[in-house]
Amino acid sequence: GGMLAAAVLLLLAAGPGPGPGPVRAGRDALREELLLSPLPDGDVAATFQFRTRWDADLQRGAVSHYRLFPKALGRLVAALGVRELHLALTQGFWRTRLWGQPPLQAPPGAELWVWFQPTVTDVDKAWEELSNILSGIFCASLNFIDSTNTVTPTASFKPLGLANGTDHHLLRYAVLPREVVCTENLTPWKKLLPCGSKAGLAVLLKAERLFHSSYHSQAVHIRPICRDASCLAVSWELRQTLTVVFDTFSSGQGKKDWSLFKMFSRTLTDACPLASQSKVYVDISPKNKEKELLEVTPPPASVHEAVVQGDKRTYAVYDLLSPSLFNTSRSLNVQLKWKRPQDSLDLPTPVLHAQRYVSGYGLQTGEISTLIYNTHPYRAFPVILLETVPWYLRLYVHTLTIITKGKENKPSYIHYQPAQDRRRPHLLEMLIQLPANSVTKITIQFERALLKWTEYTPDPNHGFYVSSSVLSALVPSVIAMKDVDVEQSPLFTSLFPSSDGSSYFVRLYTEPLLVNLPTPDFSMPYNVICLTCTVVAVCYGSFYNLLTRTFHVEEPSRGGLAKRLANIIRKFRGVPPL
Amino acid sequence: VVEGLALLDLGVSPYSGAIFHETPLIIYLFHFLIEYAELVFMVTDVLTAVALYLAIQDFNKAVFKKQKLLIELDKYAPDVAELIRTPMEMHYIPLKVALFYLLNPYTVMSCVAKSTCAINNTVIAFFILATIKGSAFLSAVFLALATYQTLYPLTLFAPALLYLLQRQFIPIKLKSKSFWLYTMQYAALYLCSLVVIICLSFFLLNSWDFIPSVYGFILSVPDLTPNIGLFWYFFAEMFEHFSLFFVCVFQINVFFYTIPLAIKLKEHPMFFMFVQIAIISIFKSYPTVGDIALYMAFLPVWSHLYRFLRNIFILSCVLIVCSLLFPVLWHLWIYAGSANSNFYYAITLTFNIGQV
Repeated sequence: GGMLAAAVLLLLAAGPGPGPGPVRAGRDALREELLLSPLPDGDVAATFQFRTRWDADLQRGAVSHYRLFPKALGRLVAALGVRELHLALTQGFWRTRLWGQPPLQAPPGAELWVWFQPTVTDVDKAWEELSNILSGIFCASLNFIDSTNTVTPTASFKPLGLANGTDHHLLRYAVLPREVVCTENLTPWKKLLPCGSKAGLAVLLKAERLFHSSYHSQAVHIRPICRDASCLAVSWELRQTLTVVFDTFSSGQGKKDWSLFKMFSRTLTDACPLASQSKVYVDISPKNKEKELLEVTPPPASVHEAVVQGDKRTYAVYDLLSPSLFNTSRSLNVQLKWKRPQDSLDLPTPVLHAQRYVSGYGLQTGEISTLIYNTHPYRAFPVILLETVPWYLRLYVHTLTIITKGKENKPSYIHYQPAQDRRRPHLLEMLIQLPANSVTKITIQFERALLKWTEYTPDPNHGFYVSSSVLSALVPSVIAMKDVDVEQSPLFTSLFPSSDGSSYFVRLYTEPLLVNLPTPDFSMPYNVICLTCTVVAVCYGSFYNLLTRTFHVEEPSRGGLAKRLANIIRKFRGVPPL
Repeated sequence: VVEGLALLDLGVSPYSGAIFHETPLIIYLFHFLIEYAELVFMVTDVLTAVALYLAIQDFNKAVFKKQKLLIELDKYAPDVAELIRTPMEMHYIPLKVALFYLLNPYTVMSCVAKSTCAINNTVIAFFILATIKGSAFLSAVFLALATYQTLYPLTLFAPALLYLLQRQFIPIKLKSKSFWLYTMQYAALYLCSLVVIICLSFFLLNSWDFIPSVYGFILSVPDLTPNIGLFWYFFAEMFEHFSLFFVCVFQINVFFYTIPLAIKLKEHPMFFMFVQIAIISIFKSYPTVGDIALYMAFLPVWSHLYRFLRNIFILSCVLIVCSLLFPVLWHLWIYAGSANSNFYYAITLTFNIGQV
């Protein structure tokens, strides 16, 4: 059945271009999912995922009928030769130590990374056009992405979808750490959803509650995937994810119990009619092997078990498309109550986490230190660290030191591209082996440059941001994981392709840094020009004098009229004449 | 330089970034000498002092001979007796010059900071020695080396030419054939050695990258790190529209004084050289205290002219006070955060006026 459908679709796709008759669009399907997971420190993370899968080839032939896949993004992918696009707008920072490993983390600000098709000849021009178009679509200042904050990583951002070959010259990565995310970014993001915010899970996305949180991240991921197991044809997948962490408990504003109404001030009333699947998952994994610690109402219809990020987790499933769900009440308000408070505030440490800070004093030099923790008791694994530092912090690569457990640790792969003033940022990529149960400290020193006065932002004493560094690693997992079938399993398990069952892929971001640069006095341009030109003129004047002055012998003059008059008066006074 | 070496070790061209702006020959020199860096800089300073000593010794001999000749020819006016230099003074002047250079606090600072300016000073000192000894070939080679490292010693071509012409007793008339012949010879020597050195650098690193990094950097002043010169703040506060114009004006300013000074001072090429070095050290795009040390070393040579210097007390006070205030105000601006960049800038202004 599936093979036959695939063959039929292939024949249709390979046929001549679209004729004047009804266009045969590929089949597209929407799945929506909400994952609610209580975090170790009492907060709640809600992750929305909307996945539109479209069985059409956007690259070959013009597609003119868009149904579920948004036209703006489809046209963009086709026109600019985009193979993969990942855009994330984030407010806040995911605290890995307190909250555990994130399902999909994004750095604070705006992050955009794109793989282009090999057919694109001028990648930089396409990148510039793409960032400008996306800036218009999402009402974000992505037009500030230019060559001074774009890098071409060689090892860190491998394609997440189908890839034929990985020439890293087709990859571009940029981060704008200063970007602020607010309602005007959420609205166009919601507009891209097939049901908008009128039906299904998206009714919960109300801006006044979403931005009242400690972490808010919305992302768009477009990538090509295999249409089926035989992988003879390509489908396009658009995932829109939104992760928000409500911190009512840890900020002391509420109890640890939560409900959908308390978090979003809305409840779910129905599923999106265009969706083929619409589910809510609640993480009810028992911690420390104690059951009956929490209670979920209404009682779930089914329970799903999965191995996620090396941990066996249990989820309560609410299927919004099943007719039995809305039998008793018109709306679904999932509530979770804690039966008794947790005795110990013992937070499980994630296997891999990192932090970064800047040290030093004064406005001339400084040092960036990154600490990477591997808390696995017996397994060592490598991690790729990508650092992008703006050009006005001049890194000195001879001061780069990597120390693990007191000894020097040489990276097995290091790619360093120094910055060029006003053109290119620094790029440092390293593959570092982390021994088991260790802390690795990476330090590099830098010098701060003085910029031209027009290059400062209107608030120069706020400082300049250094974007987060990226850590990509295949973390070994304790429990073996089976290969997941993308169509059958929940969406949150199929974000990253897994190569084998013994490790899972994790991408972590460190904190962004804020550094101050020495500032000139902004009120003084005219004064400076005048004074410096005065000094030069003094110099020129003295040289001119020196060179052209000739000496004459001066005859003492007999005196003019005034002198003679003075002499007469003096004679009267009896004083010797002049 | 250490950064350049590290980049070379990593397999990246040292000029692909914006930190390294020295010439390839320096990289290769330091590749072997980096462990003995302090010793190397001390040795270069000593070499400079020795070269200056020998040069001034020879120069004094030539000047004394000329003076004796003129006395015998009775060309001097009678009340010039105080200005005539005695052999006693002449004996001590080279020593004074060498000591002036070695003991100058600026030289000491530049040596401690291990600035490559010391190497430039050594090359210029050897160039002066070669010029005074009369060897046109060596002088051209050293001048080419100095120009290769920083672009400005190009202006020293004129005083050297004048001195060599004087030594060969060729009159400086625009119509004389021997004048043009000698000039062409000297210019050819200089250009050839320059070309040879540049091609050598190309073969060392297999690329022409170093040209924009070294010379483009000097000429277009992209980096605005505060230094003791005038221009960093100027370009930091410049309107974008005019920056190219002012860069050109300032670069021309350095080279511009050569011709008028050559015309005026053609009888005194040594003094011309001294003035030229001073001009370079004030107006170059990235001056350092090492440059100042070099021209200050020449002051004892004209000790008989001290009585004619006006404002000597004020000037020396200004220079000393400014030198002391430089680090203080730098610290206040950058580290304590309590002063403003204006303070530091003001001091650079005063210092440079004092030099002028």
